[in-house]
Amino acid sequence: MTLTVPDQSPAASACSLAAPSLAALGLRESATFDRATIADIQRAAETGIYDIRGWGAKRHVPHFDDLLFLGASMSRYPLEGYREKCGTDVVLGDRYASRPLHLDTVVTIAGMSFGALSANAKEALGRGASEVGTSTTTGDGGMTPEERGQSRHLVYQYLPSRYGMNPDDLRKADAIEVVLGQGAKPGGGGMLLGQKITERVAGMRTLPVGIDQRSACRHPDWTGPDDLEIKIAELREITDWEKPIYVKIGASRPYYDTALAVKAGADVVVVDGMQGGTAATQQVFIENVGIPTLAAIPQAVQALQELGMHRKVQLIVSGGIRTGADVAKAMALGADAVAIGTAALIALGDNSPRYADEYARLGSAAGFYDDFQDGRDPAGISTQDPELAKRLDPVAGGRRIANYLRVLTMEAQTIARACGKAHLRNLEPEDLVALTVESAAMARVPLAGTSWIPGTGGAGC
Amino acid sequence: MTTTVDSIPVSAGAETEVFDLKIDDVRTLNRAIHQASDGQSFTVDNPGGKHSLAVGINAGIDVEINGHAGYYAAGMNQGGRVTILGNAGVGVAENMMSGTVHVTGDASQSAGATAHGGLLVIDGNASARCGISMKGVDIVVGGSIGHMSAFMAQAGRLVVCGDAGEALGDSIYEARIYVKGTVASLGADCIAKEMRPEHLLELRGLLHAAGRDDDPAGFTRYGSARTLYNFHVDNSSAY
Ligand SMILES: Cc1cc2nc3c(=O)[nH]c(=O)nc-3n(C[C@H](O)[C@H](O)[C@H](O)COP(=O)(O)O)c2cc1C
Repeated sequence: MTLTVPDQSPAASACSLAAPSLAALGLRESATFDRATIADIQRAAETGIYDIRGWGAKRHVPHFDDLLFLGASMSRYPLEGYREKCGTDVVLGDRYASRPLHLDTVVTIAGMSFGALSANAKEALGRGASEVGTSTTTGDGGMTPEERGQSRHLVYQYLPSRYGMNPDDLRKADAIEVVLGQGAKPGGGGMLLGQKITERVAGMRTLPVGIDQRSACRHPDWTGPDDLEIKIAELREITDWEKPIYVKIGASRPYYDTALAVKAGADVVVVDGMQGGTAATQQVFIENVGIPTLAAIPQAVQALQELGMHRKVQLIVSGGIRTGADVAKAMALGADAVAIGTAALIALGDNSPRYADEYARLGSAAGFYDDFQDGRDPAGISTQDPELAKRLDPVAGGRRIANYLRVLTMEAQTIARACGKAHLRNLEPEDLVALTVESAAMARVPLAGTSWIPGTGGAGC
Repeated sequence: MTTTVDSIPVSAGAETEVFDLKIDDVRTLNRAIHQASDGQSFTVDNPGGKHSLAVGINAGIDVEINGHAGYYAAGMNQGGRVTILGNAGVGVAENMMSGTVHVTGDASQSAGATAHGGLLVIDGNASARCGISMKGVDIVVGGSIGHMSAFMAQAGRLVVCGDAGEALGDSIYEARIYVKGTVASLGADCIAKEMRPEHLLELRGLLHAAGRDDDPAGFTRYGSARTLYNFHVDNSSAY
């Protein structure tokens, strides 16, 4: 969100009105009406329109932090770090596609549109991903030559808006992702505000320059699982059954959605939890719709297992993945791969303290900046301003992405070896315990030190 | 504004490859079509309402479908001239880029959805969402169209010689709509507009391309009022 009164920015309040000094004065902040809530109400009263912003949910929800691994000891052998192999590769889409993707690491780059991101940012993601042998994904705005040129494995999104959708790019893609929803906004369509609809972006989307683009939330030519099956068959026919077809869902009812996606013929199901990032969505949507990634994974895995399709239809999980531990936990709960959005942008320089002064001028602060919709990103990532975009060198950015992807992979391997696993895929729920009752119930692993998994007594899901 | 339009082909007459879908499967048909080069012709007999017929055409070929087609017939057509001698299911010519698709009967929902170019002619009626999210295609419907047609239509032209259902052109961008008959209701931000000489001219061209002789003067033009192009507090009741 953008604050209109600069001296009340989070940065200013964080520095000059630090909580302890206020507490010393005997002042008490309301848990219900905290300062961010007060600012939201005042902003709504001033502008008369809801807040649209980027990033994902900022509220606290049960997450991977609430899980811990049980390292091997007496009853299980660990693997020697650096000496004993721990595989990280994954094959995606071998159910029907004659050319499945074979990636060197399970960490992939999630779909983020050109339009939301600068061409340099897209190129940097492509360079970094290709360097470590993983995939990138287009977004709600079509395929750019920059990205196709730099991405060795490129997943082409098929969205309700169909901006820039064309059969040439479809044939150039390495996989196709039919997007039903996004974790940040299950049930919502895309948004791109006028500041970012430059001539190039408008041209790719067949829209007038400078308008506030609101795109559809339902696909224009199919509704429901039976139609989706026919749609997937059409995409396969157009591309001669070569390309893996993913179905991406925003986590709300992942048990049913996963089962229906499998029935409709998906090769891969992508489940995006509510913490997942977005380029521009109403804050009320981001914070209040969908379920946490942690709760979504076991439901999706259960659906796959019941259909006998776990590991045959691959599951990609996204929404709040930051570290190799998160990667390992998603894998242990049954994912075949993960995707990152926000973390990749941070690796490129988003929210870096280097831009502290500029964030302050925008009424924000490093660590708080979420105005991806605004197009004035000092880091040159979520912008279409040529001067700002120039700040991101795609080669240097690509190197940062590659470094970060390597760290995520090595961290996940560290944990897998400690659990005695020769491949990330071999991690299992047995390797995990939960720190809280909530996370134990959602992740369906026992509360640490007990054998208690809340919720398993009653009806399944 | 451009007045050039693709027009319905005169049959090429060269050697024709015939597929009988009682015997051949859809995969065989589409594989052959994808390997074809300009000028080749194909006939599809006994289509039996099968889905995804002649999808992904990428050459200047002629395809004649003798009977009813299921979903997505001629989907993503690029350069082909496809005739369906019968009715077409959901999403005929969806996302067409160029070429022509001619349906002699009726078309189901979402005809010409998201299509970027080319000409779609439906001699009969089209159901709901005709021309939804169209991005440059020209669509000429001899009969009437259903509700929510030209929803979020971005570019291109939709000509309706009969009537239009509820919420025509809801949230329309820069597409132009011409309707000869009645419009049950207009969607948000869609308004009737003046028929200037250039509109009469382009409509005449479109009707001609579709092989029709309706009088352009009998049509009303509809398009975007452009009031929803930018978020504005005063429009909140329209969102
Ligand atoms: C700037 C930005 C743009 C995005 N654009 C799209 C998009 O065009 N299509 C889509 O399916 N998801 C989009 N997403 C969501 C991501 O694909 C992904 O689901 C999400 O970022 C994963 O969660 P994470 O950000 O916590 O890693 C976008 C996310 C961000 C941050």
